[in-house]
Amino acid sequence: MLALFQWCYQTALGEGIRESTWLFPVFEAFHLIGLGVTAGAVLLVDLRLLGVGLSKQPVAQLASAAQPWLIGSLALMFSTGIPLFLSEATKCYYSFPFWVKMTSLLLALLFAFTIRRRVAAMALPRPLTERATALTSLALWFGVAWGGRWIGFS
Amino acid sequence: MSPLDFFGWLGDSDWSVALHESQYAYSIIESIHVWAMAVFFGTVVMFDLRLIGWTLRKVPASEVVTRLLPWTKGAFAVMVITGTLLFFAIPLRSYQNIFFRTKMLLLLVAGLNVWLFHSRIYPKLVAGDVDGVRPAAARAAGALSLTLWICIIFAGRMIAYNWFDCDRQPQLAIINFLTSCFPTDEGP
Repeated sequence: MLALFQWCYQTALGEGIRESTWLFPVFEAFHLIGLGVTAGAVLLVDLRLLGVGLSKQPVAQLASAAQPWLIGSLALMFSTGIPLFLSEATKCYYSFPFWVKMTSLLLALLFAFTIRRRVAAMALPRPLTERATALTSLALWFGVAWGGRWIGFS
Repeated sequence: MSPLDFFGWLGDSDWSVALHESQYAYSIIESIHVWAMAVFFGTVVMFDLRLIGWTLRKVPASEVVTRLLPWTKGAFAVMVITGTLLFFAIPLRSYQNIFFRTKMLLLLVAGLNVWLFHSRIYPKLVAGDVDGVRPAAARAAGALSLTLWICIIFAGRMIAYNWFDCDRQPQLAIINFLTSCFPTDEGP
């Protein structure tokens, strides 16, 4: 595993970002903007599942409205996050927040595109199911955001 | 007392030093600032995209405002509180930082945009007077807001970098002018 991270570290893209003054901050800024849009798309549905936010609208409708923005913002997150990772891959390997982030991310994505998607499409879900789904989703994305911010502090 | 003296004095106060040198407090406050930003910007994005007409077309814009605005406002309050604390931890450097200044200026413009929107366009949307609001005006308001907030996040992220800081000389005269920097030593 460490060898893989070391290989990532020495890629041309990783090295280019390390050598540039501007690239890392610019990728970071776009990563942050992507985070905001992802949060918006996630919150729209999760707040509704909790019975707040746009609570007059059917969940399925909100979920389908949010879906393209969720996928689009995740694409922005990946296309900026992967270069950031390449530039400091070996540091990430030893970073506890990095592993928290990656674990939460994997679980959050799995959850969003399986269980949460099904609950949002249900005709008559039980309120308890809706709430539990929203809280799980929010907790997992919070883990991603927590890990992400704290990679930078270590 | 000049602003430079004032922020220098503020930075020497016990609380400011304690916050600046704390192992966790500063990082935790900064994290809360980022998470509040995600809630704030997330709800703003959804509303602006609705104004532009790119999402939630079936939901009236006024409903999107009334339902999401409490979250936007709450998150904004958290951002102001945490942002003030972050400034308080490093006052003089932040005051002189070119990105901080850009961010504050853009925040003023964004505030003006919010005020204009809520006084001119929003009342018509609520009254169901959709014909009274030219689609182009609503779209422009959404696009302007989105652009401003993206620039504010960008500037905010850059505050952390010291490329144009006063203690890094030589800088271009225009940079020193824009950052109220009066270098005493021109460097080697």
